[in-house]
This record gives sequence, C-alpha cells and structure tokens, in this order.
Amino acid sequence: MPEKKQSIRGVFINGIFNENPIFRLVLGVCPTLAATTSATNGLGMGLAATFVLLGSNIVISLLRNFIPDKVRIPAFIVVISTFVTIVQMLIQAFVPALYEALGLFIPLIVVNCIILARAEAFAARNPVFHAAADGLGMGMGFTAGLILIGSVRELLGNGTIFGTAVFGASFEPMLLAVMAPGGFIFFGLILGIINAIVNRIGSRKGVQA
Amino acid sequence: MEFTLTNFLLFMVNCVLANNFIFSRYLGACPFLGVSSKVETAAGMGIAVTFVMGIASLVTYIIYHYLLVPLQLNYLITISFILVIAALVQFVEMFMKKGMPALYNALGIYLPLITTNCAVLGVTILNINDGHNLLWSVLNGVFGALGFLLAIVLMAGARERLESSNIPKAFKGFPISLIIAGLMSVAFLGFAGLGNI
Repeated sequence: MPEKKQSIRGVFINGIFNENPIFRLVLGVCPTLAATTSATNGLGMGLAATFVLLGSNIVISLLRNFIPDKVRIPAFIVVISTFVTIVQMLIQAFVPALYEALGLFIPLIVVNCIILARAEAFAARNPVFHAAADGLGMGMGFTAGLILIGSVRELLGNGTIFGTAVFGASFEPMLLAVMAPGGFIFFGLILGIINAIVNRIGSRKGVQA
Repeated sequence: MEFTLTNFLLFMVNCVLANNFIFSRYLGACPFLGVSSKVETAAGMGIAVTFVMGIASLVTYIIYHYLLVPLQLNYLITISFILVIAALVQFVEMFMKKGMPALYNALGIYLPLITTNCAVLGVTILNINDGHNLLWSVLNGVFGALGFLLAIVLMAGARERLESSNIPKAFKGFPISLIIAGLMSVAFLGFAGLGNI
C-alpha cells in the first residue's frame, strides 16, 4: 500500500478492481469457497463481510493513535469480533435462511484474512474517511467476486441464478459444481481466466499475474 | 457418544478422510494454499496446527461450559474463543521456545500464522454446536488437524512436481493449485459417508 495520499474515490475503486480481495490479493479463500454454492449465499456473505470491514476499518482508524503498537493485533481482533457478533445476531434475527446456509462461516468472518489485513495495512495508518472508503471498496470487491463465482456455480450446478431458472426443463445440472470439489475447481478456473484477461490488458504498471 | 475402540476408529476415519477439513468442509484453505510449496514446511505447519487444535479444543471446552454457560454469556462465544486461541498460540510459542527449542526452530515461523487459521476457530465452534463432550472435542480437534496435515502434505507433494511443469502463464500459482485441490477433493468424495457413527 503506497503511503502517498490517494483520493477517497481512488481508494474505493482500488478495492473493487486493482486490489480485488478475491481475484487480485487472493485473501479469504475459505469463505469464498464455502459461500459460493449459490449467488444468493455469495451476496449474503459479501454483505456481512462488507459490514464488518466497514465497521472495523472505521473504529480502528479512529483508535489508531491510542492502540499501543505491541498489542495492536489482539486489539484489532477484539474490534473485528465485536462487529462479527453484531452481524451474526442481525442475520440470525432477520434472515434465518441465510443463517442456516452459511452456518459456521458467519462467526468465521473473524479470521477472514481480508479484514485483519486491511486493518493492519490500511486502517491503522490512514484517516477515518479513507479507511471507510477502503472498507467499503474492499467489501464491494469481495461481494462482486462472490456473486460472480456463486452465479457460475449455481448456473452449472442447479440451472438457476439467484433462484431464477435460466435453462429449460431439459437442463441436466452438473452437480459437481455445487459440491465441495466444484468450489476449488471453479474458483481456480475463474481466477485463471481473470489473470489471463488482466495479462492481456496488462499495460498497467505494478500489476502482476 | 460412548468411548469404545470401534467408535474411536470410526470417528478417526470420519474426521481424517470423509469429513476432511480442507476437502469437504473448506476450513483452513488459506494456509493450505499459502504454506504448501514444500513438503517439509507443509508438514511443519500441519504438526503445529495439530498441536494447537488439540489444546484449543480442550481450553475452549472448559471456558464455554464452566464460564460462559453459567454466566449466560453464550453470545460471547466468537469473541472469547478467538482471544483464547490468540493467547494460546502465544503461550505455545513461548513454551516451545523455552522447553523445546528444537521443535521451536522447526515450527517457529508458522506458529503466529495459526491464529488466523479458520480451522482452529472452526473446530472449537463445531465442538460446541455438535455437543461433543470433552474427550470427543479434543479428539475432534486432533483428528481434524491430522486431516489437515494429510491434505497439506499431499498438496505440497503435487506442487513440488508442478515447479517443473509447463503451465499456462495465467494459471500459474493459485489457479492451478485450486484446480489440483479440487481434483483431490473429488478423490476424497469417494470416502463420503465412511465412518458415520
């Protein structure tokens, strides 16, 4: 992360494209694999993580001058897990179907590498509005990635996107796509295709395959 | 669940093969992809994780049933478990440095990484959700971690071979590793249902 001042809009866009957490940084692999069995689950996990990222980035940025350097990681973890507990309770109360579908992976947002990485690399060093824009941008980038992978897996494995049937009744679903191996294989394929596209565009400096 | 030899063996097969943490539950995928480029380091990471997951299962069981439940603080499960794990990893690191310097030198650099391994927090929460008692919780932690060890060593073996293969540029690194993991996961599907008690 360069230390020079970036515009708030630049920070936001950066999280979605140049440093997309799923496709460029490859962080948070576990929730990516687990929450992309359908586009809806991907959206739910993405929004939950966005909420936590936004909240933790804001709080950590506000506290950045008060947290002693030596205990910063435990302090960050406490802030992050507070927001995760909030989001877990909200999902359980208002969207019980999503709570069932994501299950264990909601509390596990705490150990999602993206959130701690952004707290450490960005929020702890930047003013609050930049940190908020970074959290929102990263969260949106994460959500977009999850929806993309979720849509592909749902389309092939179930013939639907967001629960709406796309193919006719004669479509034979490719069950593997929504089972455990499909997560790895389709994430790998999509990541490879995106790398190929980025390489093709490839004139931008500092972008590595 | 009663403790008999049959149950013990079935449980082991179930945790290590049928419900493998990486291949069927998607837990611990970050270190699985990050620390699997060499067999030795992968084995070191796997052993360190086994150690921490066993102890974490024990400690979090005690904290949940003797502290959180009596005080009706169940909703603090996430926050308290992650803090316990972070502290535990720190203690294990300090203890190893003093008591077992040889092991510390071998595992040292992987220990801090374990805090953010979702398999560790995952297994402690699963123990509570599945209602395991103390013994089965610890066994779940140790066997789950052995499954992780198996997966990461297999993966490292495959990736060492990849070094010399001709892979399309766009698929080098993570993409091809993910696809290999997917193929291994297909193989592990063959164990599905094995050892259900």
